[in-house]
Amino acid sequence: MKEYKTVCKIAGPLVFVEKTEPVSYEEQVSLVLPDGTMKRGKVLDTSEDLVVVQCFESTTGLGRDTGVRFLGETFKMPVSKSMLGRILSGGGKPIDGGPEIVPEKRLEINGAAINPYARGSPSDFIQTGISTIDGTNTLVRGQKLPIFSSAGLPHNDIALQIARQAKVPGSTEEFAVVFAAMGITREEANSYMADFERTGALERAVVFLNLADDPAVERTVTPRLALTTAEYLAYELGYHVLVILTDMTNYCEALRQIGAAREEVPGRRGYPGYMYTDLAEIYERAGVIKGLKGSVTQIPILTMPGDDITHPIPDLTGYITEGQIVISPELHRKGIYPPINVLPSLSRLMNLGIGKGLTRDDHKKVSDMLYSGYAEGVDLRGLVAIVGKDALSERDQKFLEFADTFENRFVRQGADEDRSIAQTLDLGWDMFQALPESELEKRIDRDLIKTYHPKYRK
Amino acid sequence: MEVSNKPGILKRIAGPVVTAVDFDAHMYDVVRVGNEQLMGEVIKIDGEDIIIQVYESTSGIRPGEPVTNTGLSLAVELGPGLLTSIYDGIQRPLEVLIQKMGNFISRGVSAPGLDHEKKWDFVPVVKVGDEVKPGQVFGTVQETRSILHKIMVPPTAKGGKVTKIEAGSFTVDEIVIELDSDEKFPMIQRWPVRVPRPYVEKHSPSIPLLTGQRILDGLFPIAKGGAAAIPGPFGSGKTVTQQQLAKWSDADIVVYIGCGERGNEMTEVLTEFPELVDPKTGNSLMERTTLIANTSNMPVAAREASVYTGITIAEYFRDMGYDVALMADSTSRWAEAMREICSRLEEMPGEEGYPAYLSSRLSEFYERAGLVEPLSGGTGSVSVIGAVSPAGGDFSEPVTQNTLRIVKVFWALDASLSRKRHFPAINWLQSYSLYMAQLADYYDEKVSPEWNPLRAWFMEVLQKEAELQEIVQLVGSDALPENEQITIEVARMIRELFLQQNGFDPVDTYCDLDKQLDMFKMIKTYADLAYAAQAAGVSPAQILAVQAKNEMPQIKFTKDYKPVLDKIYSDMDKEFKALRA
Repeated sequence: MKEYKTVCKIAGPLVFVEKTEPVSYEEQVSLVLPDGTMKRGKVLDTSEDLVVVQCFESTTGLGRDTGVRFLGETFKMPVSKSMLGRILSGGGKPIDGGPEIVPEKRLEINGAAINPYARGSPSDFIQTGISTIDGTNTLVRGQKLPIFSSAGLPHNDIALQIARQAKVPGSTEEFAVVFAAMGITREEANSYMADFERTGALERAVVFLNLADDPAVERTVTPRLALTTAEYLAYELGYHVLVILTDMTNYCEALRQIGAAREEVPGRRGYPGYMYTDLAEIYERAGVIKGLKGSVTQIPILTMPGDDITHPIPDLTGYITEGQIVISPELHRKGIYPPINVLPSLSRLMNLGIGKGLTRDDHKKVSDMLYSGYAEGVDLRGLVAIVGKDALSERDQKFLEFADTFENRFVRQGADEDRSIAQTLDLGWDMFQALPESELEKRIDRDLIKTYHPKYRK
Repeated sequence: MEVSNKPGILKRIAGPVVTAVDFDAHMYDVVRVGNEQLMGEVIKIDGEDIIIQVYESTSGIRPGEPVTNTGLSLAVELGPGLLTSIYDGIQRPLEVLIQKMGNFISRGVSAPGLDHEKKWDFVPVVKVGDEVKPGQVFGTVQETRSILHKIMVPPTAKGGKVTKIEAGSFTVDEIVIELDSDEKFPMIQRWPVRVPRPYVEKHSPSIPLLTGQRILDGLFPIAKGGAAAIPGPFGSGKTVTQQQLAKWSDADIVVYIGCGERGNEMTEVLTEFPELVDPKTGNSLMERTTLIANTSNMPVAAREASVYTGITIAEYFRDMGYDVALMADSTSRWAEAMREICSRLEEMPGEEGYPAYLSSRLSEFYERAGLVEPLSGGTGSVSVIGAVSPAGGDFSEPVTQNTLRIVKVFWALDASLSRKRHFPAINWLQSYSLYMAQLADYYDEKVSPEWNPLRAWFMEVLQKEAELQEIVQLVGSDALPENEQITIEVARMIRELFLQQNGFDPVDTYCDLDKQLDMFKMIKTYADLAYAAQAAGVSPAQILAVQAKNEMPQIKFTKDYKPVLDKIYSDMDKEFKALRA
């Protein structure tokens, strides 16, 4: 293989190489240091006179004397069933001391878009055991439902609880977890690993770790490796795969870093203009395919800078994903776990997975009532701060109390408390007793009230 | 223009934009790039450099590979077979792509937009010796049970006397008509997507596009041939509103463009539409629908093209004299595709990185809407409803602002309403329709003379409520004068009964104008009785406790609601009489 010694410029993670034979776009590259160390990269821009290579690792030690080898193919990843139970680096190399992965197949890591016509309709209800998700923001197989969090909030505990408890009631099909860490601390990674080991989940998990001190540019590959693995497990081996990506904010920072090094025209807040497309290429790799057994469900986690939901990262994510679970600092400060604020949270695919024959016939209406009751109660809190509680009508006082009950009974639950969907919905009805029945009737059919309201149930 | 067929050579590849040299090309020529013959389009000519946007992934392509020019611009195939189809952004049928490349979209595969094997029953409507003009209908094909496809002389033809025409079963490629001008036409037409199809004259729209959605038909109607924008932050219900319009609007033809949106959402449309029944014809909704799905992870250049593909198909049906409704979800993704390509060209950007020509592209697109006299005579219309996804939900961003300068209807989605589960989450204070004056006559004559005054009264109550709520926030509702406490209650009824509509309820999902009028009147009657009672000295607490109004929500969910309504009227009457006695 030909080795070029024509590096003419190095800027950030980018290496510029002159006078090469024709090199293909996105081709894999090895950069060879004088001491023989190899670093990996890919081609970002190729023309007859100049090739721009993005190095996935730290560029420390690279210079004009660096040898550049073009490997003649795009980035492909070895995949096999034996990856289950393994821990790999953010670049896909085993770091658990075990043997190299013996590939059953080598797959393009960029993946191709699923033809919308080939997609199956996601409709299997996933019970996470968390009331605020199951009851009001239901997750279904094949969905991508991110967790929007902020620094200092227990999003990792929630993700772990979901990974531990997630099941499709009445189904015994094989499932697997693919976990990709991007730029999280060693400590956070350890707590994930400890939990996986404690619960035995590691046996059916594939873990990719790019930690805070690993090269940032490697983070742009990590989610793609994770999703390539997930797609292989799902669509070729028939597993139902849950993919946890944390933290997408670090991923986007890496993207911005590369954009800046390329001197691109930036979009909002310095993030590249193509960030929507780039994120879509990751998030859209979830779903169900007609006629195939497996599925890929994604739970990306991101921390909103400054708890600002309009920041480009949560904003673009929210436009791509099918809803979001928002974690609230206020609830966390009140000591409520899991501090999920249902008001800005949403699951777009909820209606496909709930109702008669799927969960229960009253699910939709109970959820709507919980939402509107809580929203009204929260609004009234603002009013009470000004005029005092006594100025409220009797009806309004009931809603004000409902908001408190909602937070303390419905939202609050134990880290190991696994509520069934029936328990969640019955809890809702139990709380509805405090509201006037005429208010319930605005949203819930009388038949359902007669069936489920504790007053009519003996 | 003559274009030599000599292939050029690729010089540079950087993402979806590539540069080629050594060949002849004109702007917007379609070219084939590389050994895999990927489809692309010339978007810039800079000295020797021909800059091309590629509709497929360019991964693995290297400098030195050939580029050939087809000499044609990006065009769609128009003819029988468009309806019930689902296409990607460059009119490749997704169903055919699955057969050719499996469940995932790979590249280098071309697929024609229409089925060229299928035979259609052609019925002439002109006979030998008749004179036909460009754009004139000369035959028909029953394309689906709902739609009669009219076969037209291409608008660019010369026209002349018919020398041969016969009924029979033909593929779209077979010649069905011959003229004395030596022109012969098959049923298929090809039309470049970036060029609007010609028409005789544009009229001012005067008929509403009825949608069965109370807040739209009742308060902020769009006219047939009009343009509307639905901006809103994520999760506020843009897509649901667009889908409701695609399902229930009384257009003849619906073109739905999923531009850079979610794959699973397109699947929802695909599974749901064939099962839904068109209230007008009783047939499946799919029989009047063409879908274009270019999801967010499909190539960005094809996303840019998808909007043009859609509007060209819409114009083609308009030319047959149909009313067409086009939904574009979302035009922001389209604008972002332009931005992405512009930044790859290293052009100097305008606001927020968008290209400086954003505004002119948006207006060119919306200007293709309209009520026109097509070349075939009569009238036809294209109504465009574009969703906008403003970054951070901030309406001051360039796409929203440039869109608002063009469209006449603005349906502002509001996240705080959707959080309260008020659907459709359209903010009644921010939204507007500039067609009200043009449409007033229609409502007056075709629905009822009471309609316009009632609508005005509704808007007035809602506006008044907004002012009163500011006071309530400060001093509590008890401090309001008694008549204004009633206004608050009436406004609550308007919001909860009339404006909220449950798209998932089989009855409430569609509400015709007669029922809307009945609901207008019901609320007005309650208000009149309540104000009269209050003036006669009845306390607001007693008025608000009137039981009859608890039955009102049942109207929404009952198909045969008249008996319920009658009972409400008689109960209301009795109760208010009792109060005043």
